[in-house]
Amino acid sequence: MNRFAALLDRLAYEPRRNAKLRLLADFFRTSPDPERGYALAAMTGSLAFSAAKPGLIRALIAERTDPVLFGLSYDHVGDLSETAALMWPAPPQALDDPTPSLSEVVETLASLGRADLPKRLANWLDLLDETGRWALLKLITGGLRIGVSARLAKTAVASLGGMDADEIEHVWHGLEPPYVPLFAWVEGRGPRPSAIDPAPFRPVMLAHAVENRDFETLDPARFSAEWKWDGIRVQVVSATDEEGHVRTRLYSRTGEEISKSFPDLCEALSGIEAAVDGELLVVKDGRVQSFNLLQQRLNRANVTAKTILEFPVAVRAYDLLTENGEDLRPLPFAERRARLERFVARIDRERLELSPVVPFATWEELAAARAAPFEAGASLDADAVEGVMLKRRDSAYLPGRPKGLWYKWKRDPHRVDAVLMYAQRGHGKRSSFYSDYTFGVWRAGPAGAELVPVGKAYFGFTDEELVRIDRFVRKHTINRFGPVREVVHEPHAGLVVEVAFEGLARSTRHKSGVAMRFPRISRLRWDKPPVEADRMETLEALLRDERTEAARGA
Amino acid sequence: MRPTDLLCITPAGLHCPQGDFHIDPVRPVPRALITHGHSDHARAGHGAVLATEETLAIMALRYGEGFAGATQTAPLGRPITLGGVTVAFRPAGHVLGSAQIAVEAGGCRIVASGDYKRSADPTCRPFEPVPCDVFITEATFGLPVFRHPDVRGEIGKLLASVRLFPDRAHLVGAYALGKAQRLIALVREAGYEEPVYIHGALEKLTDYYLSRRIRLGEIRKVSAAQRSELAGAIVLCPPSSLQDVWSRRFPDPVTAFASGWMRVRARARQKGVELPLVVSDHSDWDDLCRTITEVGASEVWVTHGQEDALVHWCRLQGLRAKPLHMIGYGDDEEAAAGDVDPGAAGAPPA
Repeated sequence: MNRFAALLDRLAYEPRRNAKLRLLADFFRTSPDPERGYALAAMTGSLAFSAAKPGLIRALIAERTDPVLFGLSYDHVGDLSETAALMWPAPPQALDDPTPSLSEVVETLASLGRADLPKRLANWLDLLDETGRWALLKLITGGLRIGVSARLAKTAVASLGGMDADEIEHVWHGLEPPYVPLFAWVEGRGPRPSAIDPAPFRPVMLAHAVENRDFETLDPARFSAEWKWDGIRVQVVSATDEEGHVRTRLYSRTGEEISKSFPDLCEALSGIEAAVDGELLVVKDGRVQSFNLLQQRLNRANVTAKTILEFPVAVRAYDLLTENGEDLRPLPFAERRARLERFVARIDRERLELSPVVPFATWEELAAARAAPFEAGASLDADAVEGVMLKRRDSAYLPGRPKGLWYKWKRDPHRVDAVLMYAQRGHGKRSSFYSDYTFGVWRAGPAGAELVPVGKAYFGFTDEELVRIDRFVRKHTINRFGPVREVVHEPHAGLVVEVAFEGLARSTRHKSGVAMRFPRISRLRWDKPPVEADRMETLEALLRDERTEAARGA
Repeated sequence: MRPTDLLCITPAGLHCPQGDFHIDPVRPVPRALITHGHSDHARAGHGAVLATEETLAIMALRYGEGFAGATQTAPLGRPITLGGVTVAFRPAGHVLGSAQIAVEAGGCRIVASGDYKRSADPTCRPFEPVPCDVFITEATFGLPVFRHPDVRGEIGKLLASVRLFPDRAHLVGAYALGKAQRLIALVREAGYEEPVYIHGALEKLTDYYLSRRIRLGEIRKVSAAQRSELAGAIVLCPPSSLQDVWSRRFPDPVTAFASGWMRVRARARQKGVELPLVVSDHSDWDDLCRTITEVGASEVWVTHGQEDALVHWCRLQGLRAKPLHMIGYGDDEEAAAGDVDPGAAGAPPA
């Protein structure tokens, strides 16, 4: 476990792809079987430990530490597994057992009963050091987050034998952890694993964010536009192998296989004999639902019949990569689009819909459609549109983010100037900084104008801006409530922030009576005195507009 | 005498009315006792300064010979009387010359420990526990998540990376006073014999350590022309230089940072550090608790850092404890970590 932990630790900090590859390759080259195979499994998402939940970690650490000290520590570190790993007390006397290997952990967890887990886990934690404990807890709760995609891990394995990652992809799905035959083949010590996967992942093509000045040079006639959906980019592949078995797989855009979370969708799209690029969405009664509902279905190892019924998913297809074994990726987009339209019509599956094209002749027309998707043809699905995608008609399907071919153009958010009122320490990457902000706008109160909180935001600013706000908060604290600091907010003293948000709704849960959708800090107005911030009336007016729009939509 | 009559808090810092002196004052005062040379504790402009020989030398190096109206050397362990108050300097194990200051009058002894650590450091004298009634402790790493690992393991990480990436320079951010020299001594202990390169800003203090006969092996100053040729070398620089234009000329640098803060992953990532090394010159949680127990104080005053947790722990042990909430040290966590230039904290937003 220690070498694996050291690798994860190092990878978690390493931003360079090439350096990650070298660290991975060095690990795979110098670690024995089956240790390296289980490491590969962990990094490709091929392991799942359903019994190990954050609640278990919380309970184990609570038995061993003072609650106040745990609370203060968690507040500082901002991550449960890491806090527990760092705080875990040394056992009363040194233990003689060897530290557990990754193989021991994986193999034991596969057979261990749920009731025996807490004791075994505590014993492992006693035997490991801080980094080892962190890696173990991250591994079993499924939250490695070390910036290594399945594709990158496979690329590193391939490099051991001077191969390309695609060669690994082709045999991958016939293999299981700890992949001993795979390493033997790559290192030239064994035959090629026989099962050729008929449904491998193909690296996806990504878009650049469009900038205003791009429109001066881009020719609208060369582009096709589609709605940009607020869902998840997926690749669905179904094909028949040499023995006549149909394989259907769903991949995330980084090549992680997510079929297990969506068995219903895989079944519905079985046998399409194609690789389709599209958006995964919850679609109920023919209408696309919000991203929140889709989240209910993500990262679930066990999917219940109830979840499937409650959150039915479908794929809105926008590209066709292969059809009946033919690789369409070298074809121009316009040609692939025509093939896609015929394909969707031909196979006629309920869960596979065509993502419609947005017609336009000038950028002004497209801007209008983007501003009002309901009127521009998205109709009842307009709420799930987060902008438009532009694809050059002659573009081949190229992996990565090639320049000048595909663009995304998101909707303009609403904006108000608000006053920072409270700040709280963040979690994760921003722990120890005051990075969660509650802000307010003015309204008439019994004793003159007063600020009323209207929302909370914890992103939208740069790291540099965060440092400045954090410093401002520390220097201008007027009150402390546990982890929360109240900062000065008077007409002529305080910080004005421009808040961008996607929509506004009535809410009884908020003092102000409104709730913002997706609020974030768009600009810091160090130049603006709080007295000039927006008033509640501005939001009320917006609320009326939103209701009018919603009524039109309903 | 009540402890709060012996030492009290003023805007300038800890003050002893009877002895008419301040300890580590943050503003100019007539008479200052200084625990160690880090710039949040040792400031220029006092009327008279009493400190160890090394601390006085370090202050002169940083601020110039005229940093105070008058100076007096405090020999370690020998009591000095100031207006009926006895003060004694004892080693703190933090950096070269660092001391705790025991203040005693009317049957009451308070130890102001300054910054201290208990783990071994080849570049300074080890901490000595001084029995007292009131112990004033720092709490830079006063949370149970801060348990500094064995430094040999951390140095091992650095040397392993140098072996795996011989084509990349390894830039190690380290505070100019104490941390830099300790790191050099540690890589030597680990058997690393190549020259160690240092940024110009570390030169004066490193030379001073050498003049005190601390063995650091071959040290070379990095020259501008040389930077692109330092593949595979270990280069020490002030933390601020890691993000500087200065660092860009090195071949594909690996940025490392040696600090107790590196224990928390989010913190290392916020700084853009690729190779965090948990090496600290402050006590970790276990050593803070151990020291409080060892000095046998019935009352503990906790300053700069995570006061709340340590105060809570003291109370769980049945000790009287309170946070001092002094401004100017470690309020900004950067400053607590050690050596920050007075101007580097940045101006508040307009």
